Amino acid sequence: MENRKPILFCSGGGCTAKLGAGVLERILSRLPRGEADPALLVGFDSRDDAAVYRITDDCAVVQTLDFFPPMVEDPYLFGQIAAANALSDIYAMGGTVKTALNIVCYPENMDLNILGTILQGGAEKVIEAGGTLVGGHSIADSGVKYGLSVMGTVNPAKMLQNNTVREGDRLILTKRLGVGLICTASRVGEASKEAMDAAAASMTMLNKSAAETAAEYPVHACTDVTGFGLLVHLDEMLDGRFSAELTLSSVPVFPEALSYAKEFLYTAAGQRNRNYMKGRADLSAVPFEMQEVLFDPQTSGGLLLSVPEEAAEEMKQALRAKGLPAGIIGTVTMRQDCAVLIRE
Amino acid sequence: MITVNALGQACPIPVVKTRQAIAALNGAAGEVETLVDNEIAVQNLTKMAEQKGYVNTFEKMPDGNFRVIMSIPTGEAVQAGQPEDTAEEEEVVCDCSVPEAVKAGTVAVISSDTMGEGSKELGAALIKAFVFALSQQEKIPEKILFYNGGVRLTTENEAVIGDLKSMKERGTKIFSCGTCLNFYGLTEQLKVGEVTNMYDIVDMQMKAGRILRP
Repeated sequence: MENRKPILFCSGGGCTAKLGAGVLERILSRLPRGEADPALLVGFDSRDDAAVYRITDDCAVVQTLDFFPPMVEDPYLFGQIAAANALSDIYAMGGTVKTALNIVCYPENMDLNILGTILQGGAEKVIEAGGTLVGGHSIADSGVKYGLSVMGTVNPAKMLQNNTVREGDRLILTKRLGVGLICTASRVGEASKEAMDAAAASMTMLNKSAAETAAEYPVHACTDVTGFGLLVHLDEMLDGRFSAELTLSSVPVFPEALSYAKEFLYTAAGQRNRNYMKGRADLSAVPFEMQEVLFDPQTSGGLLLSVPEEAAEEMKQALRAKGLPAGIIGTVTMRQDCAVLIRE
Repeated sequence: MITVNALGQACPIPVVKTRQAIAALNGAAGEVETLVDNEIAVQNLTKMAEQKGYVNTFEKMPDGNFRVIMSIPTGEAVQAGQPEDTAEEEEVVCDCSVPEAVKAGTVAVISSDTMGEGSKELGAALIKAFVFALSQQEKIPEKILFYNGGVRLTTENEAVIGDLKSMKERGTKIFSCGTCLNFYGLTEQLKVGEVTNMYDIVDMQMKAGRILRP
């Protein structure tokens, strides 16, 4: 990798730039809907990862988009991460990536070579996902933002929604938590190179391998853990109808993220996630720094799968056999006062 | 009172600047006031103050910004530095239940059912001797990993299995790669130890203090 010019800022970025979940809900609930289309299998009504629209009995289109400001200095790496993050939602629905469109915001007086490098990173990730880059749109803006609008396909019978968990299911997470904290610490010069490299490797990894493994097992529900952090995404899966009990020691975590949380290097987005979960999670057994990791916005995080108990251990082993740091993090239970309880 | 102006700055900058101001007190008691422009930043600063046990208040100002005031007690030495050392400590697996006969942190990795290059017949005899010699050590390895041809030793090789079992009884953990067992059709024939996978094979070696390869 030759000497790449760094992006000159990194004032937040990644999934820490997301608007809070509560804020969005209010606005979205007031939008006009139009006439209901029976071919729409997954849309606005559920807070799922992507929209799914049936074309034929065995083929549906999966549609999603994601873009954000940079969370790392290196433009190529930023392109790779932003693309992996956007592509992830297709995998979270059980789909196959087909085409992608670039979404670009870029300052007029900034070096265009840097933009070229960002786009190269993104393009190579799309190819790795087996998709094709088919176009895009760019506008001048005060800051750099990049991402993709992605189209995939899925067999409606095999599509994975995020809120179809069942009581007794085990929850499996396929990537480590804490990349948000590591990137934030890196921005203020307090992250080790090892931690940043490990976080980068995690963020650039497609959820393709995890999705392909999961497809060989019964899966009741699936989402990907991104800007809302583990707990809020889990709360979405439970949909007010179930609760979950998590075992802290089984949650895959970057140890450095815990150290950086102890240094209070958390973000505004993390705090918004914490505010959203107020009254919904029992954190009494959770040390402060681990709480921050559970709220930490993940850029291009792993899949969170809800699988029947009898398949969980085998699926976890299969994921680990592919080199994924998968862990069985908890169990879906019947609805209790608290949406999420966390034990040692 | 030291004033920290963090208006227009995104978290964690307000916290970082406040920590620096506290460090500048050099252990003396004092008050640090931080100016931020949004409530989330107030909450993030308050979290830090609470964790540190500082008395803290905040108020909204007429211009819409916020002031967070922390009372810092004497003797407060804030280390705003590289925390990787702590991270290193957390990475090392301290298994305080390691039996006495076992050399903690030593992992033997056996990737074939022969040892060394050259004659296969000699190689088969050598690997048998290696495992035997291992079992005769005063301190035996904490873990032994078998993959590729190595899984023949935990399934088909009675002599080696015997030595492995005796080490297992003294506390060694034996692992055979599942993918490899599957490939050779030996999954049902595993006689000693448990099944592992590539992720754990790498993880165990990363955490090892010493790796032995015959």
